[in-house]
Amino acid sequence: MCLFQFQSVMNYFPEEVLEHVFDFLTSHRDRNTVSLVCKSWYSVERFSREKVFIGNCYAVNPERLIARFPRLRSLTLKGKPHFADFNLVPDGWGGHVYPWIEAMAKSGINLEELKLKRMVVSDESLELLAKSFPNFKSLVLVSCEGFTTVGLAAIASNCRFLRELDLQENEVDDLKGKWLSCFPESCTSLVSLNFACLKGEVNVVALERLVARCPNLRSLRLNHTVPLEVLQKILVRAPQLSDLGTGSFTHDPDSETFIKLKNAMKNCHSIRSLSGFLDVNGRCLPAIYPICISLTSLNLSYAPGIFSNELIKLICHCKKIERLWILDTIGDKGLGVVANTCKELQELRVFPSDLYGVGNTAVTEEGLVAISAGCPKLNSILYFCQQMTNAALITVAKNCPNFIRFRLCTLDPIVPDAVTNQPLDEGFGAIVQSCKRLTRLSVSGLLTDQVFLYIGMYAEQLEMLSIAFAGDSDKGMLYVLNGCKKLKKLEIRDSPFGNMALLSDMGKYETMRSLWMSSCEVTLGGCKTLAEKMPWLNVEIINEHEAGEGEGEASCDDRHRVEKMYLYRTLVGPRKDAPDFVWTL
Amino acid sequence: MVDTVTITTLDVEETELRLGLPGAGDKKRGFEETVDLKLNLSSKDAPSDQAHFQGENVTDDANTSSAKPPAKAQVVGWPPVRSFRKNVIARSAAEESAFVKVSMDGAPYLRKVDLKMYKTYQELSDAFGKMFSSFTIGKCDTQGMLDFMNESKLMDLLNSSDYVPTYEDKDGDWMLVGDVPWEMFVGSCKRLRIMKGTEAKGLG
Repeated sequence: MCLFQFQSVMNYFPEEVLEHVFDFLTSHRDRNTVSLVCKSWYSVERFSREKVFIGNCYAVNPERLIARFPRLRSLTLKGKPHFADFNLVPDGWGGHVYPWIEAMAKSGINLEELKLKRMVVSDESLELLAKSFPNFKSLVLVSCEGFTTVGLAAIASNCRFLRELDLQENEVDDLKGKWLSCFPESCTSLVSLNFACLKGEVNVVALERLVARCPNLRSLRLNHTVPLEVLQKILVRAPQLSDLGTGSFTHDPDSETFIKLKNAMKNCHSIRSLSGFLDVNGRCLPAIYPICISLTSLNLSYAPGIFSNELIKLICHCKKIERLWILDTIGDKGLGVVANTCKELQELRVFPSDLYGVGNTAVTEEGLVAISAGCPKLNSILYFCQQMTNAALITVAKNCPNFIRFRLCTLDPIVPDAVTNQPLDEGFGAIVQSCKRLTRLSVSGLLTDQVFLYIGMYAEQLEMLSIAFAGDSDKGMLYVLNGCKKLKKLEIRDSPFGNMALLSDMGKYETMRSLWMSSCEVTLGGCKTLAEKMPWLNVEIINEHEAGEGEGEASCDDRHRVEKMYLYRTLVGPRKDAPDFVWTL
Repeated sequence: MVDTVTITTLDVEETELRLGLPGAGDKKRGFEETVDLKLNLSSKDAPSDQAHFQGENVTDDANTSSAKPPAKAQVVGWPPVRSFRKNVIARSAAEESAFVKVSMDGAPYLRKVDLKMYKTYQELSDAFGKMFSSFTIGKCDTQGMLDFMNESKLMDLLNSSDYVPTYEDKDGDWMLVGDVPWEMFVGSCKRLRIMKGTEAKGLG
């Protein structure tokens, strides 16, 4: 039956049936597609959609969201551009969640879940959130800022059915408040609690009691102030945990407390995911050996205090690991052990431990090659390394054709092939040619336009590309824009791409979520041209030099290079909350 | 007889002194040119925004690999690591102790100091003063040795060029204290030696 006939048949079904069918569509992309089929499908879909994902909070506004999806229960919002994580976006840029919460509260939306990434979340927003939605269940904040423990106290006090409070790598002002003790005795519904990013002490007695009265607690991640003694008591009360983030993990390994901890750990048969070790004594690590055999996810990337040999001993126990995040203190040798032991490994992230440039040995191409050879299921990698070679990347490409995400970061952004001194074009070329399902790529090292020729030619599924200090000319960027049909996010810094590349296919940007270019060659005139011709794009210039300092003539000169440009498609025109240093053209 | 100097009209460009690297005049940007742009060394006229890129070791023969990698550049936002993670590493580094041996020429025994206890070079210097003041109660020794009777005199001596604080770094080289940022020093210092000025030639 062709689609037209099928659709007609489908339309004879009452809406409830259509709705029921759509219930099986969980991915927002599928739902978006379905809503485009015809007006009645659009209508049924929009009334039945409960989970909405907005990848750029400025692409729409709260009013339109609520108008289209009145039954909204779960919202995901992303704010600042990715490079904001690395201090490239000044404070005050935007991404405030308050207007969204306010609008949903006023419209009687029955919000149950809110997930925010790189947004500014004030205490007021959290207070309003806590008081406006009686069925609110889940708050997940990733890389956000703007709130304090006062806001957390509001959530704890008011959200009677709270299941999840998950704070990942946020900048929180810890006012040493008693937020944890604000969970009332009646709160027994917690399933997931993660406060690892908080800097201050919590009331450990309140914590223990909270854990004791929440039988469904599956995931608990403590911050570095929670001592090992308390961890031991918590594990005794909650042996059902499946995801544990230890706080401090340092104690006298000969003490009674430590022995009690070892026993408590042995009893935790369900732990599959382990993280934390924010303060660690390597000699305490053997306490976790009994659970290592069942672990599928291990994050030791916040623990620079664990030496390479201790890491290696630990890894030997982790045969079922699927996701591993570590520091480069593991060394190439340690990665060799991972390759021999962790045959189920799918995702590996190796972070840099030496941020002051004192010359600690990092990992090299050897470690990466070893992993690619030993771990047949590897599909996602983030690798910070001291050096790389084309030969290694070509080998990796051959060994691992299944990469979905490949992010390589050389500590020196323009380092050439360590053996041949050539650019790393051929190596990355091999990766994109071999990995046909690659959706995310970050390149680094010495790179010419050639690498972008390869990316444009082969990276057909690529959705996100990060470029830094690469390329020779506009051609590089053109290869990418012309070739990568599925490109959604492109972020470029310190590369010689200019107006010619920017303006060659302006319609392309309407098919993408956003484009970031900083310290490139695009000029104010080029950006103005783009903004004029494309009304559905917001072209924002970030100009950090304060008014009065050469502003006026000099910076309004169209030939002037633009320091930072961020453009994105939007349905709602220029945003009204842009600060002084952001000009929307 | 004096030679007459003939002044010929030279092409100005040929004689123009530039701080570019070989090949900097080419359109095509290679490694050298990229580095040029970042350091604003080339004589380009177009107004340019400086990339925040300082401290990179630029050598003329950029293609030859040196035995030691060049000093890591202080580039904003590189390596791309979230602040949260950076703070965790920094905090961890701050909390570990860093005991190193300190020797002072002429003193009968060495001392140990935890570098993590101090935040600046001045604090460290003050600590040395306190530490070695016990040696002031004593005799004048050989000719080279100065008679210091009290702490402040010792401080003067330490601050003067008569005594030079030096340290051995991770590579085994003896370096003058004070050149690099404090954190970098703490991370790379293996031991300290307060040298007599006469022996410290070649380090200054």
